[in-house]
Amino acid sequence: MEPWVILAGYAFSLMKFQSYDSQRGQAGLGEEKMEHREQSFTSSAAKQLALYAFYTMVALAVIMYMLSIAAGRTGSTASGVAVDPDNNSITIALRQEPPQLDHVRATDSSSIIVLSHSMEGLIAYNDAGSLIPGMAERWEIREDGATFWIREEARWSDGVPVTAHDFVFSWRRAVDPATAAEYSFILYPIVNAEEINQGNLPPQTLGVRAVNDRVLEVDFNQPTPYFDKLVAFITYFPTREDFFNNTEGRYGADADMMLANGPYIVTEWTHSASMTWEKNPYYWNDEKGFLDTINVGYITEDVNAKLNLFKDGQISDTHLVAPMLGSAMEQRWQIDRSMDGTVFFLQLNFREDRITANKNFRKALQYAQDPVEFVYKALKEPSYLPAVSLFPYWIRGVDDSFRKEYPPPEHEFNVAKAREHLELARQELGIEEFPPLVILADDSPIGSISSEYYQATFTKNLGLEIRIDKQIFKQRLAKMTAGDFDIVVSGWGPDYDDALTFGDLFASWNLNNRGRYASEAMDEQIRIAQSELDPLRRMEAFAEIQRIVHEDVVMIPMYERGWSFVVDPRLKGFKRRAVGPEVDYNFAYIETGEE
Amino acid sequence: MTDIHVSDFRPLQRRSDVHGISRPSLSYWEDAWIRLKANKRAIVSLYLVVALLFFTLLGPLIWTVDPGLQDLDQISQPPGTDRSAEIVADYIAWDGVDPSAGSGARVIDVPTTQVVRLKWDSLPGANGHRVYRNLFPVGNEFAYGIPVGEYFDNAIDFHEDRLDLKPGRYFYSIVALAADGSVTQTYQTVEVDVVRVTTLSEAREQGLIQTDSDLQIGDSINLSAHPLGTDYLGRDMLSRLMAGAQVSLSIGIGAPLFFVFFGVVFGSVAGFIGGKVDQFMMRFADFVVALPFLLFMILFKIAFGIGPGESGIMPMLIALVLLMWPATARLVRGQILQIREQAYVQASQLLGAKTNYLIFRHMLPNTLGVVLVTLTFEIPKAIFVEAFLSFIGMGVAPPTPSWGSMSNEGIKTMLTTPHELIFPAVFISITVLAFNLLGDGLRDALDARMRNQE
Amino acid sequence: MGWYIFKRLIQGIITVWFIATATFFAMHSVPGDPLLNDRAVTPAIRANLEAKYGLDQPLLTQYVIYLGNLSRGDFGISFTQENRQVNDIIREHFPVSAILGILAVLFAALGGVLWGSLTALYRNRLPDYIIMFLVILGISVPSFVVAALSQYSLVTLNNAVGQTLLPVAGWGTILHMLVPAMVLGLSTMAYLTRLMRSSMLEVINSDFVRTAKSKGLPPARIFTRHQVRNAILPVITVLGPQIAVITTGGFVVEIVFAIPGLGRFFVEAVQQLDYTVIMGTTVFYGAFLVFMVIVVDVLYGFIDPRVRLK
Repeated sequence: MEPWVILAGYAFSLMKFQSYDSQRGQAGLGEEKMEHREQSFTSSAAKQLALYAFYTMVALAVIMYMLSIAAGRTGSTASGVAVDPDNNSITIALRQEPPQLDHVRATDSSSIIVLSHSMEGLIAYNDAGSLIPGMAERWEIREDGATFWIREEARWSDGVPVTAHDFVFSWRRAVDPATAAEYSFILYPIVNAEEINQGNLPPQTLGVRAVNDRVLEVDFNQPTPYFDKLVAFITYFPTREDFFNNTEGRYGADADMMLANGPYIVTEWTHSASMTWEKNPYYWNDEKGFLDTINVGYITEDVNAKLNLFKDGQISDTHLVAPMLGSAMEQRWQIDRSMDGTVFFLQLNFREDRITANKNFRKALQYAQDPVEFVYKALKEPSYLPAVSLFPYWIRGVDDSFRKEYPPPEHEFNVAKAREHLELARQELGIEEFPPLVILADDSPIGSISSEYYQATFTKNLGLEIRIDKQIFKQRLAKMTAGDFDIVVSGWGPDYDDALTFGDLFASWNLNNRGRYASEAMDEQIRIAQSELDPLRRMEAFAEIQRIVHEDVVMIPMYERGWSFVVDPRLKGFKRRAVGPEVDYNFAYIETGEE
Repeated sequence: MTDIHVSDFRPLQRRSDVHGISRPSLSYWEDAWIRLKANKRAIVSLYLVVALLFFTLLGPLIWTVDPGLQDLDQISQPPGTDRSAEIVADYIAWDGVDPSAGSGARVIDVPTTQVVRLKWDSLPGANGHRVYRNLFPVGNEFAYGIPVGEYFDNAIDFHEDRLDLKPGRYFYSIVALAADGSVTQTYQTVEVDVVRVTTLSEAREQGLIQTDSDLQIGDSINLSAHPLGTDYLGRDMLSRLMAGAQVSLSIGIGAPLFFVFFGVVFGSVAGFIGGKVDQFMMRFADFVVALPFLLFMILFKIAFGIGPGESGIMPMLIALVLLMWPATARLVRGQILQIREQAYVQASQLLGAKTNYLIFRHMLPNTLGVVLVTLTFEIPKAIFVEAFLSFIGMGVAPPTPSWGSMSNEGIKTMLTTPHELIFPAVFISITVLAFNLLGDGLRDALDARMRNQE
Repeated sequence: MGWYIFKRLIQGIITVWFIATATFFAMHSVPGDPLLNDRAVTPAIRANLEAKYGLDQPLLTQYVIYLGNLSRGDFGISFTQENRQVNDIIREHFPVSAILGILAVLFAALGGVLWGSLTALYRNRLPDYIIMFLVILGISVPSFVVAALSQYSLVTLNNAVGQTLLPVAGWGTILHMLVPAMVLGLSTMAYLTRLMRSSMLEVINSDFVRTAKSKGLPPARIFTRHQVRNAILPVITVLGPQIAVITTGGFVVEIVFAIPGLGRFFVEAVQQLDYTVIMGTTVFYGAFLVFMVIVVDVLYGFIDPRVRLK
């Protein structure tokens, strides 16, 4: 409060001056020159002004104090420090406010981050990203179904044991069309799931049952060798029936409407502002959840704000975008990188009235562009990889990485060949001039750069007229669904750690195949990939899908997204993941230094 | 006493100067112009506005660079950068073979802005390697710089860096990875001086050389000139600023022109007819005023939508016109109501003047001053609205540039390449300032009652 | 008086109805589909969602239902924050915007009067030039540039000092609010400074000031009683509309400084086409402004006898 004291002293001296001035003012000022008088008027008025300024400052301080109390009531950011070894806590920032934290209906990355810390499925990931037992201590996956044995020490955050019934309840709820869960499709391998989801059967007919409190039985429609990877996904997490019913439809809406069975409990949730996660005392695994408290101090999408917070020691980690790298080097930070899992590509429209339905035309587009130049020159992101396949490089094959076992067909950037194919397309279509082509893009910065770059590239190399159609999120989706585009800048992220999460994207029956690509050969391979039990034959099917995507130009790969990021050097064990939560603090701990 | 007789008087001779006006007659506008000329700030602003219009309309005729042309050899180049470059062959992928068979972390071939080729011997105890690039030496903090490549396989011992290379010095570090994929403190550094190069095909693309030119690989050439530098896709800033000026000013000036015109019509009709109609019309204007401006601006902007290939200027114009006319309408109505009560209007009415005559001869010309001042003050507002919408990502559609969208892009690179923010922001500021000061001057000159005392 | 207030209230309600109607139809004419998401859903789920939000009804029926709910003060359930009432969202986030707005208005008004008087006192001298230069910057630099620059300078300052003097983003304490409120109030402050300055200059040359001076009144008294008090009137008149500008114009500051205000919510809701939140926020803001204007008008009637309420 020192400045106030100084100001007060100043004001006091002013008051004294003022009285002196006014006395002087009354004593025959008239003899002095006009100019002089003006000046003394100015200075005494200025002093008066300063006095008023002081009064208003005091008043302002009082008002601000009151406003500050009011603001405290609106709920706000927990102003902690990035890493606090004394309290064993850290402060982080989330990119977006989770729409709600009902694991069955959650779809976005923020919700997945929170739920992956507060909950755990039958099977979980370890710090290296491999599957380890979670709520289930062991399991068995057969051709016609699976059995999970739930561990005895599995507890909810109120101490009640987690039982097989919680899973049955949760999974039935997920496929019930009344729940309207977007991720219900992920349960389709289970008997009757799809029928229930379409409203043809009651939820009770779902092929899952609790043999007793600790044994869960699942029946498959067809062999599902990757089911262990599926159950690690949030939709497969458990919900306890009595707790759910008590929330009266507000399950996951607030901190007290959630029940945790993971390493952390969401104890506070001020919407759009902050959250607090505290260590769950009932959590069974002592290899996870080392911190006492994780404060989500900030919810902001603004990467510049996050960088500034990190620089200021307010948050423990942040990711960097290309323009920040220069100053990050200057700060002498240790910059790390990781893959995000998402593959971005130009999706083409295969509806009959579109030119992009012509194979030679698609070939022309394919030859005319170079994702390497796009990533290194236009995007300038060191952690991005130029994409060469539908399958990102971290996908596992039989024994090693899939891409090593089955290298994707090589892309060739060749303008001359592109023009040949364009000429063939012109003849096949019997047209003189190609009509303008529409590139649909979202309104993100990268969406803009992508569409601008590809517009320039196709115009330069093929002489085509390209029109950019930049739309906000929902409008772009509506246009994609309606097929109102020729090319759309889009991406696909993994839901589970198996090649199929990418592999079935272009199945003729997949609703997410918004370009309506349909081919017998593709569908056949996808069916094999879905149900084949032999890993080798399954991977061969994926290799075939990879080849078809390239050969038939189903889409044009752009890049595999990655992250350049910085972490407070005292925080160890922090992970950024391709599958599962984008940022993972489950294994994070604070290094105390002298040991 | 002398008698005064009629004959003592004689008519005064007719002289032309008696009834004449001793000073030249000044119309309202001439008078205003004289006053405006006396206002130095306003005149400077007027020159600025004229200069801006020249820049916008004639600039593109003089500086004919295509604002959409991407010069990928010169990305985010600040003004005044050296542009000489050596011509090299087109890029061919490298198979990692080192013809000189050296050892340790080393550079193969000449490091250029096209590619830097690195090769190393596997580091002891490594489970793969990561390649870092830094602008500074590594130092004690083990700040290796930015990770540009990652190999979990010890068998791979080479990397080609093509990421956004700028001429200058880089420090590359080859860092050993631990078994869990984390970075260790075992590393080797190599210092690299990168030279600027371009290829024949790229030079042809940029129009630097003719097809029959006899330039060969190894020759030196000057890359295309960019007086104000380039943006994040290597597009010329100057030509983009000109194109952006067309967009920003057509919104900034166009929209106020339309809505002020509409406001004048609406307000004068309401004011002239009066009575119930006036009541009704002004109530409607009140409704429109009550709409929360920015919220509706955003809403209208997306409701009108931007079709493929469209710039998005029209939706913004329409939204602005729909929302901003009532202020002028109110003002003009007030003026008309005042003028209607003036004696000269009543006299004119008594003399049998028709309605049209009254409106066009008396009312509108007398409101013109106020309208002009309003117009000048609305222009900066409209320019700000455009910039604001660009900031929240709802401005004009790419690749159309506008000053607002350019500054928004520039903010992201504020620290590394400030010129991308400074130029568009300065243009916005100058324009806004010029119109504000001009408006002040006009107000002072046109309306004695509203005049600033200075 | 009572009759006047009653009439104004009726007018206000009609205005709010107009705003609601305009919002409803503007929003429903936006192309796009609020129920679409990254992962496509089955028709059965879609039908359920449509029923949940009443989108299966014809547009006019939806409009009637919507007006009905509105008259009960119910804005419905958010499309994106699926478990939250729009009323809750407004209740939680509007106070944030309001507090920020009040502070910004205070800064702007006090700063405007102070700097305006100061520049008038020292006209055409150094303090005048310095302040007017800053004012000109405040008027002509876009707010998002100012916000970004001030956040960056804050970080630089903190780093230079070695500790966090002022937080660079977030919300909660008075320290969080200072810089955002100043940035938010900057353009208004610049505007008011100019207004105050010219109004002061007018007053300084007026007859009553000359009389007061010749009477030999103490300068400080002349300054406060005669000059500032008279010069401040036009500033107060424009303050009303400026408050509206500030409270609804917090978008930029809220985005840059990660403040959980309603403005940021609106921008996100528009991008997500969250019908209920868009309508709720717009109608709420509209109603807020309309009734603020009425309150101000009525208060004027009490304070200033020259304003006769008809």
